[in-house]
Amino acid sequence: MRARLVAAVVAALIIGGCTSPTAAGSPQINDVTVFAAASLTDAFNKAGDEFAKTNGRVRFIFNFGSSSTLATQITNGAPADVFASADEANMQKIVDAKLTDGAPALFAGNRLAIAVAAGNPKQVASLADLARPGLVVVLAAPTVPAGRYALDSLAKAGVKVTPASQELDVRSVLNKVALGEADAGIVYVTDVLSAGARVGNVAIPEQQQVVARYPIAIVTGAKGRQLARTFVDYLIGADGQRLLAGFGFSRP
Amino acid sequence: MRAERPPLPVTILAVLAIAFFVLPIAGLVYRAPWATALDELTRPEALTALRLSLVVSLAATALAVLFGVPLAWVYARVPFPGKNVARALTTLPMILPPIVGGVALLFAFGRTGLIGQFLDAGLGLRIAFTTTGAILAAAFVATPFLVLTVEAGLRSMDRRYEEAARTLGASRWLVFRRVTLPLIAPALFAGAVLSWARGLGEFGATITFAGNLPGTTQTLPLAVLIALETRPEVAVMLSLLLLAVSLVILIALRDRYLRFS
Repeated sequence: MRARLVAAVVAALIIGGCTSPTAAGSPQINDVTVFAAASLTDAFNKAGDEFAKTNGRVRFIFNFGSSSTLATQITNGAPADVFASADEANMQKIVDAKLTDGAPALFAGNRLAIAVAAGNPKQVASLADLARPGLVVVLAAPTVPAGRYALDSLAKAGVKVTPASQELDVRSVLNKVALGEADAGIVYVTDVLSAGARVGNVAIPEQQQVVARYPIAIVTGAKGRQLARTFVDYLIGADGQRLLAGFGFSRP
Repeated sequence: MRAERPPLPVTILAVLAIAFFVLPIAGLVYRAPWATALDELTRPEALTALRLSLVVSLAATALAVLFGVPLAWVYARVPFPGKNVARALTTLPMILPPIVGGVALLFAFGRTGLIGQFLDAGLGLRIAFTTTGAILAAAFVATPFLVLTVEAGLRSMDRRYEEAARTLGASRWLVFRRVTLPLIAPALFAGAVLSWARGLGEFGATITFAGNLPGTTQTLPLAVLIALETRPEVAVMLSLLLLAVSLVILIALRDRYLRFS
């Protein structure tokens, strides 16, 4: 009796796990799984909402993280429909693994900024100030696009910084500053904007800037291929570009 | 224990359960670059993480023993109101998502935290982003293992030896050191080794509270994550190393952690 019960439960679990949960008759909800760079978090959440308004029953499943982590996940078979990277190098990994459906398209640009505590109590004015002893500076890890861009920018400024931590993605850098744990961090302009009053912004002059270019691509074997394509077209199109500009992204 | 022939469904499910745990390990072994295994493990980034992990996990174990044994003694011997709540609070890190633990540590010992703001302003002491922070993170998740094991050991020991020592005129402190501690030595050992293994594997609280800097806070598990994107071979070898250490510990302790806790 008990064995039969256990067997029934196990069978129910197995069968339940194999069939789709959508009930017959109800209109299909289409999932689109988007793997996107951490810096796109706010912009893509909003873009998903906007897109859903005109494209009916679509549900976005976002996976935000460092582009390098996401690229590793996709090359190991993670079920992404769309990949948006904060640099071309990580997109190239997907292209090299023959995992893109069509060529990647550039859809956004970004620049760097120094995030400091609200009100800038440590009076950081430039990249050179980040080398000041006693100042707690966090950067993104050099394996992450934001970390590499930061090192490029520091190199242009001729500044050597000893970071207190190399965070796993750019949003962790921002959070460490917003939490008051770090005095300053190098992030994207868009990150500083998204943090609002929680952090202060110190601009990096043009000659020390590094421009980040964001490519986007459909991943091979995407389940929601058609819808994914429409979403990418929306981002590249006028409406998407206007939305991205609202979050501080430039044209690619 | 008498050997018993299990019913077929039990056998099948048990075998599936074993496969579920063995297959991921097999996956690692399969991917491991055996030909260059030693080279991968002796790369500077691997060695740095190894050295730091040893320091952090051993220091965390020392903290766990120093504070955990007295705590276990109080739990086992002293009745006080709210003991169940206290015990639940000190066991919490065992089941708490480590990231939550890291955030909590940040809000306590971070620069703007409950205690941290005074440490920073008064003493100029910074814990986040330091090796001390990594040690605290590891101790936070590891100590409950020691406390539970030692408390169980204290409860199951024969107290007549302590009473005899007391009637012979030994002070409470002397009894604790010369009678109680030797009697619970096996439980203490098992608890220390378990908490060491837990501290060695700590990731979430470390990355959140202590950050990630090679040589300072980048312990083995953090190095594995970073290496996975740059040198997967190093990541695989470091993972196997962590796995081997943990496996040896569990086999050596056999069922001790079951018996005491």
